Amino acid sequence: MSDALLSVSNLTIDYIGAETDFRAVDDVSFDVAPGEVFGLAGESGCGKSTIAFAVSRLHAPPALIRKGSQIRLAGRDVLRLNRKDLADFRWREVAMVFQSAMNSLNPVLRIEEQFYDVLRTHTGCTRNEARARTAEMLKLVDIKPERMRDYPHQFSGGMRQRIVIAICLALDPKLVVMDEPTTALDVVVQREILQRIDELRRQRGFSVLFITHDLGLMVQFCDRIGVMLSGKMVEQGPSEAIFRAPQHDYTKRLWASFPSLKGGVLG
Amino acid sequence: MNAPLLRFDNVNKVFGSPAGGVHAARAVNFSLHSGRALALVGESGSGKTTCARMAMLEYLPSGGQVLFKGEPTAARRGRDLAAYRQAVQMIFQDPFASLNPAHTIAYHLKRTLRLHRPDIRSADLDAAVEEQLAGVKLDPALVTPKYPHELSGGQRQRVNIARALSARPQILVADEPTSMLDVSVRLGVLNLLNEMKTKRNLGLLYITHDIATARYVAEDIAVMYSGQIVEWGACSAVIDNPQHPYTKLLLSAVPDPERRFSDAASRIDPSAVDAVRRMAAKEQSTIVKAGENHFSLAI
Repeated sequence: MSDALLSVSNLTIDYIGAETDFRAVDDVSFDVAPGEVFGLAGESGCGKSTIAFAVSRLHAPPALIRKGSQIRLAGRDVLRLNRKDLADFRWREVAMVFQSAMNSLNPVLRIEEQFYDVLRTHTGCTRNEARARTAEMLKLVDIKPERMRDYPHQFSGGMRQRIVIAICLALDPKLVVMDEPTTALDVVVQREILQRIDELRRQRGFSVLFITHDLGLMVQFCDRIGVMLSGKMVEQGPSEAIFRAPQHDYTKRLWASFPSLKGGVLG
Repeated sequence: MNAPLLRFDNVNKVFGSPAGGVHAARAVNFSLHSGRALALVGESGSGKTTCARMAMLEYLPSGGQVLFKGEPTAARRGRDLAAYRQAVQMIFQDPFASLNPAHTIAYHLKRTLRLHRPDIRSADLDAAVEEQLAGVKLDPALVTPKYPHELSGGQRQRVNIARALSARPQILVADEPTSMLDVSVRLGVLNLLNEMKTKRNLGLLYITHDIATARYVAEDIAVMYSGQIVEWGACSAVIDNPQHPYTKLLLSAVPDPERRFSDAASRIDPSAVDAVRRMAAKEQSTIVKAGENHFSLAI
């Protein structure tokens, strides 16, 4: 598919060991269209985070991407980017939000300073321009712009996570990789944040690669879902289909491991 | 009617100075009966863990009292306290931090048996350990010589359950027992808790932020916010027919594959969320009866 924003094909990643290698991702292919939310589902250790790391080129030894693997983002071959291109690629093209992102803010710097850091590095903007952009971005995630003068500890966990998301979006990336972005938060806060991201992606047109273990949440948020089992993608399709008519046995079993509000389990 | 196993009678807990302290529990009332589970559901900071700790007598209430089989517990010391701690066992959230990394699984279970089961002779300890492990569906031969780090999270949580049960408790307090486990093993642990509750006629106080698992495990539910129980009663009644705005908000935010974000009808309004929170945080003592076993605070 040429109109895909992110195109992952035959991705194979090993964790190199002294005696044997561990295949974390095994020949995985999928596309993410512009403006689409694509979900990677599966239990711990199935390789979903390893893919997220590879897409943003954050994988590090002992992880080794095998020959024949390809990751293309907006026509660029991600696996062949050199150091300089990579600095440009991260944040501008791909931004990342992790589960513990709210703890990744620097505790001794004001919020505005942390925005300025990203904006100056990538756009060379002045302090005043950065401030204007910071105010705009904070408003997007429902935080009062005047709070940019505050320090991270003055915000709740959910607000800090929203600030990180705002920093991620400040450079208008084409793709945002979110690895369990709301797992550490309460359900109401989780809903508020994801609903906001859903609105923003419709307004601004970025794509999301969304990772969570919570299948119910994934169906609510994603357009399409890939289900992973020990490194392989066993099923891929529209969210509705993954929910209403799962094909693979594993997907069915995964559904049956979630208690339902209506009693019993979801599957 | 028999007195309930455990009863919170108008329990308050304030941390810090009475003037400017944090009111972690406000006029909390609930009863726990044998063979039944009560789920305390709420988000971070709602006071549910504070209640669990008061049930364990780790904290004493600032006001009101905790009754065990109708008897006040606050004055228990020495042997009385030890007997209470045997009767009320706890399962913690973190399966990695709740076992001693320097000791084998056999040691963990033997220690509990020695402390709480004087009826078991030393010669029979090994057999008793095996029996406990088999009871939680772990293979004793495989698990006893192992150290905690050699087991998975789910296995460790089963060891924790075996350890708690080996004291022959009447009450089990489980504080988020599955929130740190992988989805694929969560249900197994919940099933085990359910089974033990029935088989051993335990009163289970199940603390969770996940209201869907509460329905799976518990007959009764109490929804907490800001230290108050805002709605309580039979699990099915509260979940199917919520009365209090906070309960409704909590239920609407639970991940539900039936309700996509793209449908306007399934979205929640952020400004309404703040209003509900402000309202639910206000102290309220008027109770509204919604059904046979279903109550909520007045709005």
